[in-house]
Formats: sequence, structure tokens, C-alpha cells
Amino acid sequence: MAAFDLVWVQNLSVFTGYALLGGALWRVAGTERWKAAWHRLRGDRTGMAALALICVFLLVGTLESFSVPQPTGSRTLLQLATAGIPQEKGYSAPLATTTLSVANPTPLAGRHLLGTDALGRDTLVQTLRATRSALWIGGLTSIIYIPLGVLLGILAAFYRGWVDDVVQYFYSTVAAVPEILMLVSILMVLGKGLGTMAIALGITGWVGMARLIRGETLRQVERPYVAAARAMGQSDWKILMRHLLPNVMHLVLIKAVLGFSGLVLAEAVLSYLGVGSPVGTASWGAMIDASRSELSREPFVWWNISTSAGALFLLVLALNLFGDSLRRAFDPKHG
Amino acid sequence: MLELRNLSIDFGKGASRVQAVKGISLSIAKGETVALVGESGSGKSVTGMALTRLLPEPPAFYAGGEILFEGRNVLGMNARELRALRGGKIAYVFQEPSTSLNPVFTVRSQIAEALHLHRPEVADVDAEVVHCLDMVGIVSPRQRMDDYPHQLSGGMQQRVMIAMALACRPQLLVADEPTTALDVTVQAQILDQMRQIKQQTGMAMLLITHNFGIIGGIADRVAVMFRGKIVEEGATATVLGNPQHAYTKALIGCIPQLGQHRRRLTTIDHDALGALC
Amino acid sequence: MVAYLIRRLFFFVPIVFGVMLLTFVLFFVVQSPDAMARRVLGPKATPKAVENWLHNRGYDKPLLLNRTGQAPWHDSLFLNQMGRLARFDLGKSDVTNRPLAEDFREGALPSLLLTVPAFFVGLALSVVFALYLVFIRNGVVDLAASLACVALMSVPVMVYIIAGQFLVAQVLNYFPAFGFQLEGFSTAKFLLLPVALMVVSGLGADVRLFRAMFIEEMGQDYIRTARAKGVSSALVLLRHVFKNGLINLITLVVASLPFLIMGSVVLENFFGIPGLGNKLFSAIQAPDFAVVQASVFLGSLLYLGGLLLTDICYAWADPRIRLQ
Repeated sequence: MAAFDLVWVQNLSVFTGYALLGGALWRVAGTERWKAAWHRLRGDRTGMAALALICVFLLVGTLESFSVPQPTGSRTLLQLATAGIPQEKGYSAPLATTTLSVANPTPLAGRHLLGTDALGRDTLVQTLRATRSALWIGGLTSIIYIPLGVLLGILAAFYRGWVDDVVQYFYSTVAAVPEILMLVSILMVLGKGLGTMAIALGITGWVGMARLIRGETLRQVERPYVAAARAMGQSDWKILMRHLLPNVMHLVLIKAVLGFSGLVLAEAVLSYLGVGSPVGTASWGAMIDASRSELSREPFVWWNISTSAGALFLLVLALNLFGDSLRRAFDPKHG
Repeated sequence: MLELRNLSIDFGKGASRVQAVKGISLSIAKGETVALVGESGSGKSVTGMALTRLLPEPPAFYAGGEILFEGRNVLGMNARELRALRGGKIAYVFQEPSTSLNPVFTVRSQIAEALHLHRPEVADVDAEVVHCLDMVGIVSPRQRMDDYPHQLSGGMQQRVMIAMALACRPQLLVADEPTTALDVTVQAQILDQMRQIKQQTGMAMLLITHNFGIIGGIADRVAVMFRGKIVEEGATATVLGNPQHAYTKALIGCIPQLGQHRRRLTTIDHDALGALC
Repeated sequence: MVAYLIRRLFFFVPIVFGVMLLTFVLFFVVQSPDAMARRVLGPKATPKAVENWLHNRGYDKPLLLNRTGQAPWHDSLFLNQMGRLARFDLGKSDVTNRPLAEDFREGALPSLLLTVPAFFVGLALSVVFALYLVFIRNGVVDLAASLACVALMSVPVMVYIIAGQFLVAQVLNYFPAFGFQLEGFSTAKFLLLPVALMVVSGLGADVRLFRAMFIEEMGQDYIRTARAKGVSSALVLLRHVFKNGLINLITLVVASLPFLIMGSVVLENFFGIPGLGNKLFSAIQAPDFAVVQASVFLGSLLYLGGLLLTDICYAWADPRIRLQ
């Protein structure tokens, strides 16, 4: 019964994530600047291709995130969709007819476009399933660090004085610890897992966002429209939410997209260090890590690392390119 | 000496193409000072930069016409010939002296750089730098030449810019809004200095400005630019005294004058003028 | 300037205190010393062994203040640690009991042998590539190179290492892939591959950053002045853009200089280089919390040292600050 409930909690949280993203975009989508940026973005072929690729990854990750209860335990939509692909007895090369074993190759139950892994699972399916880990790390961390960084950055710049001093002290202290050491320390104490990784990455990640937003808000506060709003007797909260926040949101989006790519890379590195994804979770980092021994086998197994590293590369590349396109779209002069 | 024939300059290509200069013709004789007057965006600065092809290409594109300097077409010159022209024959003074001087080099090295390029025969570079600074009225030039730009006032910086331009004894000085960024009193000093230098050296000058008020004592002729075209041209006294074109009248109407307290300053109705042009 | 630097130093004191407090809370409050002992000693450790381990390290003392009455009030876990670190005593390893200062001294040289050449070669290459891209800006090659930079940035460092090690060591059978020894020429030959991998893995991001910086510089008014003087495009780039860009570069690069001593965790582990990065890797696996805590302390000092170094270099390079 407990496992059954967890399935629905997870399904619901995916909805919540999309709702948050959609809500944030909805709030700003009507403004002139965002409309103009969208217009420019539509003319940017690289940016649109990157966006399409990101959407494909999102779709795959979402399919793997929705579970439905089955008689034999819950299965994700992606598992159900790929249920027809048979499991083999061990490694097999792409499109091979037998397993890799030199001594006694066993005939395969089916063909596998990109081969199978040590446990005989289809490499392509495993790589697709691992999309979920990358997206969850990115998504959960974003939910932690973006509101934290934006809020603290905007408050520091708006109120200055002691608020600014305190925020600056906090981020100077966090920034003083090299990021990798901070991540490792937190994860050693909290233990492996997607959630703990998101917490650790969130604690280190908000600093950059807070700095960026503080800097931009400091410039915005100087603008006449803020003075005008003040002169009209608007409350601080209204000035923050109605005037300042919408004017820095485009920077938040750009930073979030580029930051997402960093988070996907971080998951791979942390998993390699042994403080990332727990054993048994499909993740690109774990697959890349496993390939060290696979490449020293005879004959060597190259398809696992190629597929997982390739998928990771494509997602990170798409995010980086899309982030750049966004930046150009919002700031055509400094593209 | 310099002649623009039907010169057109575009920015960008295709749908985003903007015609900045639309077929203008203008000539400057040896030793003559011509003022090119217009508002920002009229194409006057673009014209000044185009004389030595300083505009970054792309986005700039020379759509038609020619620029003749001493009978040779600048638009047909190669990179080496252009470099000899820039600074050597045609020198520039720009609007914003505080950003136009390189902050990490001393005054001496910035003037010396121009000397090395165009007058390599000068043996005593320091003496020549001092001479140039002296010419533009900088007090104790020997001390000042080791200063960095930020150590000088705005007026002094602009004097250094002029000294740098004069260092290679150009035949034409293009002064693009040389006094706009300066205080009013400093403006008058700089203009006075330029007038003196002109008399001493006999070089020609193209004075680009939006301000009819400053050209009176210095320019021989005036050309008025509006939306990429020259709409009026003539001797300074004639144009100032008896402007023909509505835009010129409007621009002259913008100058506040002493002793006319009760007159309203004119504002310019661009759409009405655009229909006229 | 000196007064400014001294003010800066005073500003660092609360930050170092903050870092110490942060790690203390993380290691001893979020996780109890008891739990730490069990993780270090393993699940089979007897209660007696745990108790001994805690007592030997002073981890059985009260957390913040000693209010037992049997000892002075400052004889607490936190204050003892603060006092120790204030005297630059890094403590002992949780696992081997060796003084960590010794471990760190040993690991510094191998780490520096890897990171120093990689840093300078990488910096030189990035600056040269970036300047060249600015020279041919907006051309086809520039666009392709910009795309290539993003691609280089999108590969995790382990993939570079695995691919590099596989290609060079196994397929070409050229370098010894594993086994670091300190003996002149063979060390240099051994280090060639890790250094090259470190350079390549950082190249994309650096070239992109420096290119953007130099392009920004190209738009300045004084560049127009230089061109109007008749300076050639190559000289404009090498003299005017480069010198101004260099000042911006200092702010970006100098701060990371002190970290060279920390080495590279992933690279050192892959190649078996016994540097500080590798020691950290072992500490993560062990787990050895003392090593990690000491590394964090050391890392924050290096970071602050980097900030100070940046200020000094900036003042030295930029006449606008130097002459104030």
C-alpha cells in the first residue's frame, strides 16, 4: 500500500513541476519584451532545434516519471511502452545475434539496436530511462535554488543596508568553499540519492543566481519607474512583485536553462565520485562510470558509454545552445 | 581635395536594411572648413566615418557613389592604402574624449603610436609629442605626457585627442561633435583652440555637429543633413542669415540667443518636414 | 591600496568563521558524532570501539559549550576545533590517524605537476584561439568554432578521460596509462596525457568566455580611435584589445591560481596520481570526514587568498586603480 501511494506522489509532483514552470512563464509571457524575444527566437533555427530536442528529452523523462500500478508492482509508462523488448543473458554488441561471450555465445531473443549491458538489458532503453534521473536532478535543484537565489538577490538589492550585508555574507561564505568540496561534504553526510543531490546542488547553486539578480535589481532600482511607483504610494511588496521581478525574469530563465545543463553534468560527476545516484537507479553518470571496466574487457564494450555519454551530450548541448539563443533573443545587441 | 559624389550607405541587409546616407554630394577644398549639421540619426557621423571607411563592414555597406580624396576613390583602396589614409591624411577627433582614449596607455604612447605609423622619420619622438601637446594649449606638456587619460579633465582629454590627430599633420581633420561632451566654458576654449590651429596649419576641417550655435566663427561653408540627405548647402553667413529650407530654419530656431528673452524656442515637427523633403 | 587590502583581510575573518561553522554543523550536528564513528568504523564495530574512537578524537565532548562543570567552559568540540584550525593544525585522519598536514604536503607536488602545466597551456591556448576568433569574427570559421566550444563544454570530464585513456593508451599503446612515479623524464611523459585532457576539457568554456570578452572590448570607443589613427586590425587586436582584455582576464583567472594546489579529483583518480585530489577521492570512499573537513577549510583559505591576489594583480595591471 505504501509503495502504491508513493507512485501517485511522484506522478503528482511531475504535474506540480510543470505547473510551476507554466505558471512562471504565464506571468511574464504577455509583456512586450517577452513577446519580442519569442518572435526573435522563432527566427533562430539553432535555438528552435535545441528547444525541440529538449522537448523530446522532457517527453522521455516524463514517460519514465509516470508510474501505473500493475499486478506485479508499479511500472512506468516507458517500461510499459518498451515491454516487448526481451532481456538477454549478458553483453551483446549492437544488432548482434549472440551474446558477447567468447567461450559460449548464447543466441539472443531479439535484436538490439544499440546492444545490451552486463545484465542483458537493452542499452537504448536503459539510456532513455536514465533521462529521468538527469531531469529530476535538474528540476528538483531548480525548484530549490531559483526561488532562493531570486528572492535573496532581489531583497538584498531593494532594501540594501543590513539585508544586503547579511545576504552578501551568506553567499560569500558559501562561495568561499570550492563547489566540489561543498557538494561532497553535504552528500557524505546526507547520503546518496536524487533528493539529497538536489539539496546539495541547491545549496551551492543559489549563490550565482543571487549575485546575478542582485546586480540587475540594483540597476533596475535606479530606473525612474521604481521611483514613480514609490511616489504613487505603492507598497514595497507590490513594487517587488509587479515591477522588479518581471524585469529580471528573463535573466532568471536564461540562467536557469544554462544552469540546468551544469546540473546534468554534475550528476554524472557526483555519481562517479560515489556520492551521486544510488545503486540501481538508471543514470548516465552510473553508466559512464561502469564503462571503465567495460572498455578494458576483451573484446571491449563500447556501446554503453557511447550511448549514455551521447545522450548526456545531446541534452547538455541542447540546453547550452538554447540558453545562448534565449540570451540573444532577449538582448539582440550583445548576442 | 575631398569630394563625395552621390554617396549612399546602408546598414544591414534584406528586410532589416536601413539607408543611413542617401546619395549625398559634398566637397571640401584645401584649407577650407565645412560644417556638416544635423540631428542625431541624420547620417552626419556615418558620413564622417565613411571618409576613411571606418564603419564596420558588415553591417555597413557602401551602396553607391564614390569618395574621392585627392582624385583617388577611397572605396577602391586596399587595407594598406586605407591605413596610410587614416591618421596620416585624414585624422579624427571624436565626441567622447573620456572613452575615446585608451585607458591603459599613457598620453605619450598614444600620440607616439600615431607618429610611428605615419611619420617614422621623426627621430626625437618625445620632443614631437611635447610639441603637439604644446600646440593644443596643454600647460607643462613634458609632465602631462606621462599621465594616463583618467588623470586629465574632460577638456584636457579632448586637447590630447586633437594633439594626437594633429601629430601626423593631416590634410583634413574630421571633428565629430568635438565639444558636445564638454562643459560650455570648455567648449568655447576648445573651439577657439581649433580655430587657432586651423590658421597655423592651414589644414581643411570637416566639423560635424548638431549645434548651429558653434559654427559661426569657424566654418566657411555649411551643409545641413536631414534623414540621410543634404537639404541645404551654402556659405555659413548666408545659411545662418537667410536659411532656405524649413528644416534649417527649424534647427536655427532651436538656438537660444541672448537678449531674446521672450522668444519661444522652436521644436521640430519631423513628420511635417519629412513630407516636405 | 595597502589600507584597502588590510580592510579586505578583516572582511575575510567572519567568512572563515562562517565556513568553519558551516562544516561543523554539517559534520557534527546534522550527523551526530556517534553516527560518524559508526560509518568510519563500519557496521561491525563494537560499542566499546566506537566509544574509544570518539574519546581519542575528543568527539565525545559537548558540542558548543562545556557546561558539565568538570572542565573549562571552552573545552567543547566546536571551540577545540576552532582553536586547532586557528593554529593551522589540520588534525588527524579518521582512518589512518596520520597528521593531515603531512598528507597534504605530500600530495601538493604531484597535484601541482598536473595542474600548473595544464593551467598555463590551457590559458595560452584559450587566449590565442579567442584572439584569432575575434580577428575573423562573424565568419564561417568563427561560427563553427563557437558551436564547437559549446560542444566541448557539453562533455563531462570523465568522458574525456575515458575516451582519451582508451584511445591513447589502449589503441595506440603509447603512454603508460597508470602508475605515477616521480622520476624526471618518465614523469613528464606520463603526465602528458592527463595534462592534455585537462586542457581540452576546459578549452571550450575558456575560449568562449575570452572571445566574448575581447568582442566586448572591440566595441569600445578607443578601439575606433586606434583604427582612425591607421593602426592595422592585427595590431589593434594585439595591442589595444589584448592589453585591455588582459585586465578583465586577470579578474577571471587569478582567483583560480591558488586552487591549482588542490589538484583535480577525477583526473588524479583515473591516472593514479597521488595528489590532493586523489586523497580527497579516497576520503570520500572511506569515508574519512576529517580529510574532507580539513580540505574545506584549506579550500576556503585558498579562495580568499585568490581574491586578495586578484585585487593585487588588478591594481598592478590597471593604471586607473594603481594611481589612486
